[in-house]
Amino acid sequence: MSTDVVDKGKRRFLTAATTVVGAVGAGFVAVPFLASWMPSERAKNAGAPVEADISKLEDGRMMIVEWQSKPVWIVRRSQQMLDRLPKLNDNLRDPASENVDQQPEYAQNAHRSRKPETLVLIGICTHLGCSPTYRPDIAPADLGNDWLGGFFCPCHSSKFDMAGRVYQGVPAPTNLAVPPHYYLTETTILVGEDGGTA
Amino acid sequence: MSKIIGWVDDRFPLMKMWNEHLAEYYAPKNFNFWYFFGSLALLVLVIQIVSGIFLVMHYKPDAELAFASVEYIMRDVPYGWLIRYIHSTGATAFFIVVYLHMLRGLMYGSYKKPRELIWLFGMFIYLALMAEAFMGYLLPWGQMSYWGAQVIISLFGAIPVIGDDLTLWIRGDFVISDATLNRFFSLHVIALPLVLLFLVVAHILALHEVGSNNPDGVDIKANKDEKGIPLDGIPFHPYYTVKDIVGVVVFLFFFATVLFFFPDGGGYLLEHANFVASDPLKTPEHIAPVWYFTPFYAILRAVPDKLLGVGAMGAAIVLLFFMPWLDRCKVRSIRYRSKIYKINLAMFIVSFVVLGWLAMQHVTPTITLLSQVFSLLYFAFFIVLFFTSKNEETKPVPDRVT
Repeated sequence: MSTDVVDKGKRRFLTAATTVVGAVGAGFVAVPFLASWMPSERAKNAGAPVEADISKLEDGRMMIVEWQSKPVWIVRRSQQMLDRLPKLNDNLRDPASENVDQQPEYAQNAHRSRKPETLVLIGICTHLGCSPTYRPDIAPADLGNDWLGGFFCPCHSSKFDMAGRVYQGVPAPTNLAVPPHYYLTETTILVGEDGGTA
Repeated sequence: MSKIIGWVDDRFPLMKMWNEHLAEYYAPKNFNFWYFFGSLALLVLVIQIVSGIFLVMHYKPDAELAFASVEYIMRDVPYGWLIRYIHSTGATAFFIVVYLHMLRGLMYGSYKKPRELIWLFGMFIYLALMAEAFMGYLLPWGQMSYWGAQVIISLFGAIPVIGDDLTLWIRGDFVISDATLNRFFSLHVIALPLVLLFLVVAHILALHEVGSNNPDGVDIKANKDEKGIPLDGIPFHPYYTVKDIVGVVVFLFFFATVLFFFPDGGGYLLEHANFVASDPLKTPEHIAPVWYFTPFYAILRAVPDKLLGVGAMGAAIVLLFFMPWLDRCKVRSIRYRSKIYKINLAMFIVSFVVLGWLAMQHVTPTITLLSQVFSLLYFAFFIVLFFTSKNEETKPVPDRVT
């Protein structure tokens, strides 16, 4: 073997091979650091179902319970509110709730709820996560004459109707989500579980 | 003294660095008002680092304690209010200074060959600064901290396919929580300041490699004396160090006025909703980012589609990175460029300011329409520039600075 002839091809190969192995190693080392940003076991275990007593909820009123640190709205809709729902169908993106990610099967109906009068929604706008304001008033000055009651997001002015269905021409892409829930009794709802009926 | 310096110089390039970057760094002799803002940005960086170090000594990065610890700094820590107001006023000052510094670059074509990398490093500094400001704003854990972070992190959710997992990864929880606060604290006080310092060094090294531009946009290295010193150049120290001290004094005069008389800036520097502790169940009635983000926020709000809105907002920043290649005119300074360019740049500044104002208003159909018009004007700057700059009618550029 000669000592004064440099095999440049071999040298380049060895340099490249070392670099690649080093880069792969660095990639492996990066995994635990990046993975440490995922929700911890403690965070995953939090968010147990919560019970809500709706016996005192009157027609047209809304109550808020906290589930997984998110606001969950429970609205008792009056018969007039329910009657107005179909009138809006032409102005909505997804009037028939065809996007199945936004509600469990039992809420995929005209009123988006288990019982027609009681609406259960996650109160987080599907645009950028603000919590919309409950605006049951008809045709208020700031929302215009076409407003038939619903939810208005103050952050980027997305509009939803009294079933949490999103209007057309607003930034929010989908209807407000209905969380899994079921009735423990006539007047108690458990938010966070389907009760095996999904 | 000279013996000590000699001893050090044998072991470390002390005088070499001093000469290269100050005493024998020849800058054009015609620097004007607009050239104050580079050194002022450096000053504000130091102010932020020093005041930040002292704030961390009293602040608690814990969702249960954060809000109260900021109130503790404000009420109980001796001069805590002063240190916190220095830091919050410094954030605003940083963006004012940086925006004026960037405008200087646009006016005098300082991003053009051979200074493309200076511009790119500068843009990355701007990006890091925005991340730094955003994460710092979460730390007081007030209502605006919480919901502002909620909105900005949700922006990443608009990315197709990976969006939802990405937001989960950024938050470290299913909502903004203690985990989010802790990691933002770490990034705000360690990671991003290190990145900023590295980028600032790179920015200055790149500048000193090619030399400073000037209001005439002429190359001073084209005319040198027999010693190789540019005829139109003067050593940075003492000429510009002394000039910049004047700028520093005037700047500190304004800084102290805000600091002592208008520390919350009427709700524009420290938003009123942020004096209420964060409440994950209730979004404030009126939510707007701090003023320095508002132009981009207005663009986001103008587009009635989630993905396109986020895309437009991103593009508004990303396009600036490409200025060195979008502007194909060989003449650097606005002094010798066409009317079209002057009007175009003026329209750009107007739309930037108007967009910033629009984002602070309550949404009405008129505000939305105006936001859309001015968003289009903002983007029109880049399009008009690209198509008109190649064959622009320019005035003759002098050989020497005027």
